[in-house]
Amino acid sequence: MNDPCAHCEEMMQPYLDHILTEQERTEAEAHLDECELCRKRYKFEESLRVYVRTATATQMRPELQQKLSALRIPLE
Amino acid sequence: MATAGTVDHVDAEPEEAQRLATEARDRVRFEEDALALSDQVYRVARHFASSREEAEELMQETYARAFRSWRSFTPGTNLRAWLLRILTNLNIDRGRRQQRAPQMQPLEANDYYLYDRLSADGDGVSDDERVVERLSQDDIVTALSAVPHDFRDVLVLVDLGDFSYADAAQILDIPVGTVMSRLHRGRRVLKRELAESALEEAT
Repeated sequence: MNDPCAHCEEMMQPYLDHILTEQERTEAEAHLDECELCRKRYKFEESLRVYVRTATATQMRPELQQKLSALRIPLE
Repeated sequence: MATAGTVDHVDAEPEEAQRLATEARDRVRFEEDALALSDQVYRVARHFASSREEAEELMQETYARAFRSWRSFTPGTNLRAWLLRILTNLNIDRGRRQQRAPQMQPLEANDYYLYDRLSADGDGVSDDERVVERLSQDDIVTALSAVPHDFRDVLVLVDLGDFSYADAAQILDIPVGTVMSRLHRGRRVLKRELAESALEEAT
């Protein structure tokens, strides 16, 4: 743990996934409070996740929607 | 006795009719619920599959099977996860995907790598809010499709489909620990792909 930024990098994904223990979270936040660069990197990761979700959003063609409805089993 | 038997028989008919009516109502409701989720299921299917055509085929097979086996769905449980479990099995059955440990080791970047590259390549205007916008929508879609299937499936379920680790584990039939490690690594692979496409554009 000689390099606090490297440690903070390791904590980033679990931090953003909210799966760190209370103690780990406090540790990560202590470093984030004093390190602007790590703060920026965390912020980037957060916006990247949102951006990936938006960029990959895709809609079904209406034709497919109709085909799926047509697969319903008719009432006897 | 014979008389009593006849009475029972007469009584049984409306009961049976009642049962059938209830079942028909449950089935219609199931079908409507499943169809209402189709957009969300497609969102995942599209990125599981390698093409739109393949995704559409998978969707139709999934819904056909779901409508046939609706009785095996337990009401009150997660229908979206149930549908994706069918879709995943069909995908494997059709040989489109093998269920195995990832063979090839994709190249990962460290978690900070992409940000550091993008901000270093900046034009001096370090508007940090906008660093992510140096990536185009196409970059993202292309990079995601380059992530190996085993990693991508988890990434798509959790980060795009909002499934919990536990749901993703059940859908893919892998342990939760594997979901977590594949997700972690999948995100790193994605970032490495993104860094590469961003660098290509810059040169």
